[in-house]
Amino acid sequence: MTRADTPFNLQDLPADFVFDPARASKMMTRHGHGGWLGIAYHDHGSDWVELALPWRDELVGVAETGVLASGPIISLMDNATSMSVWTLARRFIPQATLDLRVDYMRAAQPGMTIVGHGECYKLTRSIAFIRGTAHDGDPDDPIAHVTGTFMATHGTYL
Amino acid sequence: MSYALPPYAAALGITIEPAEADAPVLWFDYSDRVSGRPGFLHGGAMSGLMEMAAIAALQTELDRRGETMRLKPVNVAVEFMRGGTQQRTFASGTVTRAGRRVALVNASCWQDDPAKPIALAQLKVLLSPAE
Repeated sequence: MTRADTPFNLQDLPADFVFDPARASKMMTRHGHGGWLGIAYHDHGSDWVELALPWRDELVGVAETGVLASGPIISLMDNATSMSVWTLARRFIPQATLDLRVDYMRAAQPGMTIVGHGECYKLTRSIAFIRGTAHDGDPDDPIAHVTGTFMATHGTYL
Repeated sequence: MSYALPPYAAALGITIEPAEADAPVLWFDYSDRVSGRPGFLHGGAMSGLMEMAAIAALQTELDRRGETMRLKPVNVAVEFMRGGTQQRTFASGTVTRAGRRVALVNASCWQDDPAKPIALAQLKVLLSPAE
């Protein structure tokens, strides 16, 4: 289980705290894997969060073509979808990624920033169901679709 | 072995332990670069390591057969089973099926004990003859 991605202690927050992905991203993307990848806040709605991953030489998976590795895209989508859960729940609940499936539509274009759109479409007491897409400029021409589940590790979503 | 680690793998500090006949074992050491919540490994870093291990296993098998193929990942499904802690993390792939068009490769990721994986991945790859 990867206890998803929170390089600071959110459990100490006041009870009336409403999770704000824009503010949380600033803290979460400063350290750790997300920080190293350069993941940044992009946009959000009531049940979705978008994070951006700028292209960079170090993240290339095929040296000859300059195509991004898929590891960074999985990390981007793990982070965007996990934040969509807290956004829908309106609070931080410690959780673990149970599974994640990524379908690759096509390779990302070298040099382009990837935007990861993560959406939580169902919360139960213990499980959050998520889906998402990643694109490199045109949301109607995604590079990847993802689906997966998270589990609340301490407490419940509802 | 006909594969070289790409920039992403090098940047994560991934090292390949070559194996004569079997699929190689890949590993990286714990660092801030691969950490998720404080003190634990990020799932995306595990996934990246497993994908590299799966591709390395497939390339080893294709080399053994003397085939040169272009590989195009179709999808990957990852199951996370245990939290990764602050220690060296390993991954290795197993080619379950490599036909003429499609290959299915499983990979596992572990820390202390290969028999207790912290994550599993299944990767589907489209194969086409290299020009």
